[in-house]
Amino acid sequence: MRKGNITGARALIKALEAQGVEVIFGYPGGANLPIYDELSKSRIRHVLARHEQGAAHMADGYARSTGRTGVCLATSGPGATNLVTGLANAFMDSSPVVAITGQVPRTMIGNDAFQEVDITGITIPITKHNYLVQEPFELPHTVEEAFFLASTGRKGPVLIDIPRDVQLEEFAPHQAKYPQLEGYKPTVEGHPGQIKRAAALLKGAVRPVIIAGGGVHLGAARSELVALAEQAEIPLVYTLMGKAAFPNSHPLCLGLVGYHGRIESNTAVSEADVILAVGTRFGDRSTGPLATYARQAKIIHIDIDPAEISKNVPVFLPIVGDAKGILAQLAALLPAARHEEWVRRLREVAGAHPLKAKLKGVNIPNVLSVLRGLVSDPLIVTDVGRHQIFTAHYLPVDGERSFISSGGLGTMGFGVPAAIGAKVGNPGRTVVDISGDGSFLMTCQEIAAAVAEEIPIVVLVMNDYCLGMVKQLQDAFYGKRHEACRFGRNVDFARLAESMGALGIRVDQEEGIAPALEQALAAGRPAVIEFVLDDPANVYPMVTGANLLEYVE
Amino acid sequence: MRHTISILCDDTPGVMTRVSGLFSRRGFNIESLSVGHTELPGKSRFTIVVAGDDAVLEQVRKQLQKLVHVIKAWDIKPLDAVEREHALIKLEVDERKRAELLEIITAVQARIVDSSGSIWTLEVTGDTNAVDSAFNLFSPYHVLESIRTGKIALERGPSRMLGRKKRDEQGA
Repeated sequence: MRKGNITGARALIKALEAQGVEVIFGYPGGANLPIYDELSKSRIRHVLARHEQGAAHMADGYARSTGRTGVCLATSGPGATNLVTGLANAFMDSSPVVAITGQVPRTMIGNDAFQEVDITGITIPITKHNYLVQEPFELPHTVEEAFFLASTGRKGPVLIDIPRDVQLEEFAPHQAKYPQLEGYKPTVEGHPGQIKRAAALLKGAVRPVIIAGGGVHLGAARSELVALAEQAEIPLVYTLMGKAAFPNSHPLCLGLVGYHGRIESNTAVSEADVILAVGTRFGDRSTGPLATYARQAKIIHIDIDPAEISKNVPVFLPIVGDAKGILAQLAALLPAARHEEWVRRLREVAGAHPLKAKLKGVNIPNVLSVLRGLVSDPLIVTDVGRHQIFTAHYLPVDGERSFISSGGLGTMGFGVPAAIGAKVGNPGRTVVDISGDGSFLMTCQEIAAAVAEEIPIVVLVMNDYCLGMVKQLQDAFYGKRHEACRFGRNVDFARLAESMGALGIRVDQEEGIAPALEQALAAGRPAVIEFVLDDPANVYPMVTGANLLEYVE
Repeated sequence: MRHTISILCDDTPGVMTRVSGLFSRRGFNIESLSVGHTELPGKSRFTIVVAGDDAVLEQVRKQLQKLVHVIKAWDIKPLDAVEREHALIKLEVDERKRAELLEIITAVQARIVDSSGSIWTLEVTGDTNAVDSAFNLFSPYHVLESIRTGKIALERGPSRMLGRKKRDEQGA
């Protein structure tokens, strides 16, 4: 090597170090080995996943729980395609992730070489942007740009595909002028005129409601949101992504809104005269049927992505920009106000529609209630299914970034790896993944990664011996014909966990719930508790009609 | 309703896929697309005709604007713009219809760009309506093949493409 020259792989690792990357979740293969060879000389920690999808979810869980950009690394071909679900998941929930893939050497691209796949082509629809690096000297700038794109504006995953020969080729670090991101200028500052108009609208509101979405976390706007809600006494509902955007036990917090929302939340949205929506894209799970959605309300929509304005729901007053600054400016213009009658009305609705699940026996609400008594402010991760909605309803979280779930894509198998990523980013916090038997089996191999890397997560497998949400849909809409919804002979989850070196506990009696949770929380190593549910129940409320107030509870 | 969208973007590999893929995956149907270089080095400009109401158009425009390589995407109002399409029409000419055809060629301001024996290749340029009319007028004759480009459009008067500041920087 010529003096002063460095290889592409070295330049990549240096650029990652310059971004402050502390951990990479990855899986090696032929086309990324030069990167691994350099990684071994770096102070960046590597967590070896057991499947690339796991690596992508880990990076995503790390990002959601810390606010920092998560990084995953895979090889070409199947390694790259295995990242796809994880990237789509991060994309739907606007999670800042940088994915790095190895690619076959430049001369072989397009020849259908061994383990070649056009991953930049495949991931165009599920990344914010992606790169196929053609020259090693592009790497430092590409990495910088990728992190900038992933973590600014509407956040999201960015993929960098690097041919193996580019990783190996040397270049002299030079100061060539790089192309600018001319077309990328996210609006950060909210328009002052719009903020003034929003303040006037809220000031005149009789039945105002705030809808908090995932953008509140992404914009780190939680304390501004709480301050504004308190100052003007505005009740608040949250989407699944916005669950930890507001202290759940706050008196103004009504609960989950939408398809599986609380009656008081859906009543609030349906009867509101002004809605302040913050960082939510009015996804169909949170709105229910659009034709009847919030008919009485003038909607103020704060979002960093102009394309979300009036995409699904007509917006009366858009404010494009960063929620933190906008909420602070809005609060400064809002006089203190009370909406006693409105709040009383919603409390009455809430009082008339309490959550109805029983807290006896081995069932999800009861397990969650015991868990809540044992650990304060845990970082909760969920998988996807009935347990996910049960957790949204029955496990209030008050801490910031305390609830992580796959919202937009609804990815079964997200829980275990996302919990691993979250624990890596928050070693001081108790991280509990709440999963179902179906979801757990999709990525349970990552328990082996958690054991090997000494990442002590606690996984609760709510075993109802079936695909609970599928069963619920079949109950409601398919005449209770439970086709393909039962697994038949089930897995012994405790022994499965033990076989991977984790603590495994099986609980099938109510008396066993608390001791098992205590043991797992104190284990200091990965633990899996299988709860054999004695009376698996469907999760309600559920909207079944043409508007948010036609429901089964 | 038809809309014409103009897109100024970086001329990089894959930009065509990013732009056209966005239309298909968001369910917007492209009626025509043309792309080429501009007076700005390293930049390309698309003119895309898309069907849909104003809300659809606005959603398309905003989604395009989110592509990192797209510098600006905007809609062009037909009344404010000069629009052109280009077509090539290959005809087998019946001797008896020759005079008639020449009359039509003159009327639609077409040009004969090639003639090989009885086969003529005509060139037609104009806005969409003009090219449509030419196709109509030639269709009773023996058309062997024909092809037309997508529309290109430029607004009349000063450019809306770049802001004033940008234009000053570029010395324009």
